[in-house]
Amino acid sequence: MNLLSILGVFSSAIFSGTSLLYTTLGEVIGERSGIVNLGLEGVLLVSASSGFAVTVITGNPYIGVLVAVIIGGLMNMILGYLIIHRKANQLASGLALMFFGFGLSALIGKSYVGAKINALPRIALPGLENLPKLYSSLLSFDILIYTAIPVAFLVWWLLFRTRWGLGLRAVGENADTAYASGRDPRLIRYQALFLNGLLAGLGAAHLSIAYTMTWTEYMTAGRGFIAVALVIFSRWHPLRAIVGALLFSGAVAFQLLLQSSGVQVSPFLLDTIPYVLTVLVLIAWGGNRRHSAPASLGRVYHGTE
Amino acid sequence: MPNPQDRSPMISLRGITKSFPGVLANDHIDLDIFSSEIHALLGENGAGKSTLMKILFGFYRADAGEIRLSGKPISIRSPRDARSARIGMVFQDLNLIPAFTVAENIALFLPNLKVVLNPQEIDNRINEISKQYGLAVNPRALVSQLSIGEQQKVEILKLLLSDARLLILDEPTRVLAPHEVEALFGVLDNLRKDGYAIVLITHKMKEVLQCADRITVLRSGRVAGTLLRSEATEEKLVKLMFEKALSGLKITESKRDESSKPILELRGIETRAEGAGVTLKGIDLQVRSGEIVGVAGVSGNGQKELCDVVLGMTTCVRGEKYLFEQNLTNRSVGAMRRKGVGFIPENPLAMASIPFMTVLENMALPHTWRYARYGGFAIDWKSLKEDIQKTEKQLGFSVNFYAIAKSLSGGNLQRMVILREMTHDPHLIIASYLTRGLDMQSAIAARQALIQARERGAGILFISEDLEELFMLSDRLLVLYGGRFVGEFKPSETNIYEVGHLMTGSKVEHVG
Ligand SMILES: Nc1ncnc2c1ncn2[C@@H]1O[C@H](COP(=O)(O)OP(=O)(O)OP(=O)(O)O)[C@@H](O)[C@H]1O
Ligand SMILES: [Mg+2]
Repeated sequence: MNLLSILGVFSSAIFSGTSLLYTTLGEVIGERSGIVNLGLEGVLLVSASSGFAVTVITGNPYIGVLVAVIIGGLMNMILGYLIIHRKANQLASGLALMFFGFGLSALIGKSYVGAKINALPRIALPGLENLPKLYSSLLSFDILIYTAIPVAFLVWWLLFRTRWGLGLRAVGENADTAYASGRDPRLIRYQALFLNGLLAGLGAAHLSIAYTMTWTEYMTAGRGFIAVALVIFSRWHPLRAIVGALLFSGAVAFQLLLQSSGVQVSPFLLDTIPYVLTVLVLIAWGGNRRHSAPASLGRVYHGTE
Repeated sequence: MPNPQDRSPMISLRGITKSFPGVLANDHIDLDIFSSEIHALLGENGAGKSTLMKILFGFYRADAGEIRLSGKPISIRSPRDARSARIGMVFQDLNLIPAFTVAENIALFLPNLKVVLNPQEIDNRINEISKQYGLAVNPRALVSQLSIGEQQKVEILKLLLSDARLLILDEPTRVLAPHEVEALFGVLDNLRKDGYAIVLITHKMKEVLQCADRITVLRSGRVAGTLLRSEATEEKLVKLMFEKALSGLKITESKRDESSKPILELRGIETRAEGAGVTLKGIDLQVRSGEIVGVAGVSGNGQKELCDVVLGMTTCVRGEKYLFEQNLTNRSVGAMRRKGVGFIPENPLAMASIPFMTVLENMALPHTWRYARYGGFAIDWKSLKEDIQKTEKQLGFSVNFYAIAKSLSGGNLQRMVILREMTHDPHLIIASYLTRGLDMQSAIAARQALIQARERGAGILFISEDLEELFMLSDRLLVLYGGRFVGEFKPSETNIYEVGHLMTGSKVEHVG
């Protein structure tokens, strides 16, 4: 293994990890308010396809990103209506949203399969512009990559350093207490879900408009679910989500490298590396009270009589 | 203080009516609350006190009736409305978030909280008020690590910081130690002088007669009467609450036998504390058949840990535990339970019930093996019900089997736990704060139940903060302080002062 392949793993981990990170951050916000969004996979697909389509049509990737983000938020409002207003079961509603997203995204993206787009431009890391082309191209990233970690800090700040975040976390722990403090748990859950959708939309936009620059059916390949798992992995904390997303996508990139370099191990086994690694880290971290799940996670809020 | 009748009330409730499925919790209630008064609300368990106050706080909405603020009708549809009318409330089943710090819990209720939090400033505000009122808390501590008494103090601070002019306190003294109750009444007295209105719900007559200006008694959802303190006596109030005088406790002689083998024996038990818990050190204890061993102590001195060790919920790092001479050190709770151990914990909502299950399901939980039929594929609800009904008859109180546990009034929940744990005649009973939240009638019944159990030869470990109750019931009295037993007495050979001093860690040689 040479420097180039290590750089390759690094670069591809960052590219594929970015959409995961945005989605995970969104889900952290949602789950902190007590909502598990199993529909993320569908939200990602619809955002990715519509963002891609708009980029093709307008030729402007920024408009594509914007549309993907807004669509993400709107998709989640469907979920919000079901579980906040209609008090439906969260998991069932999430799965329904996912299947809806599968269908809708296929419909939206149908005529854009294989289309070429004007992708988000890549900017080399400052100071590295003079490296050989091969290296500098591996180290050039788009704007959404550069903003990913600042956004994680922003989410952390929102959740832990603002009045709104305090109320949001209170709803996820005990909605009755939040209500007694004069807040409206339903409104807060809508807001959390909307933000969850916006961030998932950003992740999806990165996937189709910046990273792969294509649209193919079911291109998210389980990212929505991995994000839900990464939220648990990061114990509902935005900053640990950075580690989680990078570790996971790093493991994926690494095993791809192993496969392509012809290691004599079944590729199916190699495929499991990222998941085994995740399980190992979870075991090593153990659990404690300070970092456990929000107490009303997954619970429908019924209000008071 | 001027006679409140000469002034116009700060808040008036008129015709407040509220029904829950199957219960009329409030039935056309009229109530006036004046500024500069402490208004006590009395009534038996399930009388509708908490419901009425939750309506005033906007947590529940009345089916009918009107609320007036300084004579003008206002609409209180949510706690938000109540808070803007400057009404604040501490709930009976404390509503703190265990995963939050004390500061976060309080900040949640601060009226003028900034959009961007400043933790240092919040801590300072908490410290300032807690110093001013003598309610010491650590703002950075996690609530999950606090004892229930400390949680109550946090709730009171939360209320004091919330800028309310009408303070509703739903059984705040239930979980406080005697000296903390004194301190709280001092605080309330000052607030009254500053013009606040205070509604105090309690079951303790002495407190009512000590600090209330006016007293309203509820009975089955209606106002049974309102008295000025000067007109009130304990008999009058009891009569209003229960429509009859209460029969006293019948205490029978204990049948304990010094030479018999102890049911429970702890030898040199030591634990390691988790977080802010207390470490037990060198705990030796014997509970024999037919005796009540009282454990006196200010809560937070190892009571919870002692129960946990006896029951097997925490492991001990040193020492041994024997039940019927069998070494069960660090064995499972199930192993203890199957040998006939009943347990009434300090916090029934959090530690002894599943809030969203019905009473009957909760009753079945510790005994599922007893009622399982067809290899566990069915539960024999009928015989469970029969067994519980038998206990209900013995104890003289009952609960609705089909209510959801969370919807029970505080006292009824405690009744449920007592009924469940007394069924099947346990050989060993660990009763922690047995009468907490019970009205006088049920408290007498619950104590009577312990005496009955003693009579049939059960051993009882009786943990309480209420010295009067401890002296009345115990055959032997141990004092727990800082995780150690610091004294052992026969109640007849000591007095309340000596024990009280040991409890607070101030040893005295001679007391008059
Ligand atoms: N959310 C609810 N759902 C159904 N029933 C309820 C609910 N809240 C209270 N109740 C019922 O209303 C009645 C009055 O309850 P409440 O809590 O007001 O009694 P309380 O006077 O506060 O009694 P305690 O002294 O035991 O606290 C009880 O029968 C109770 O079971
Ligand atoms: Mg009550």
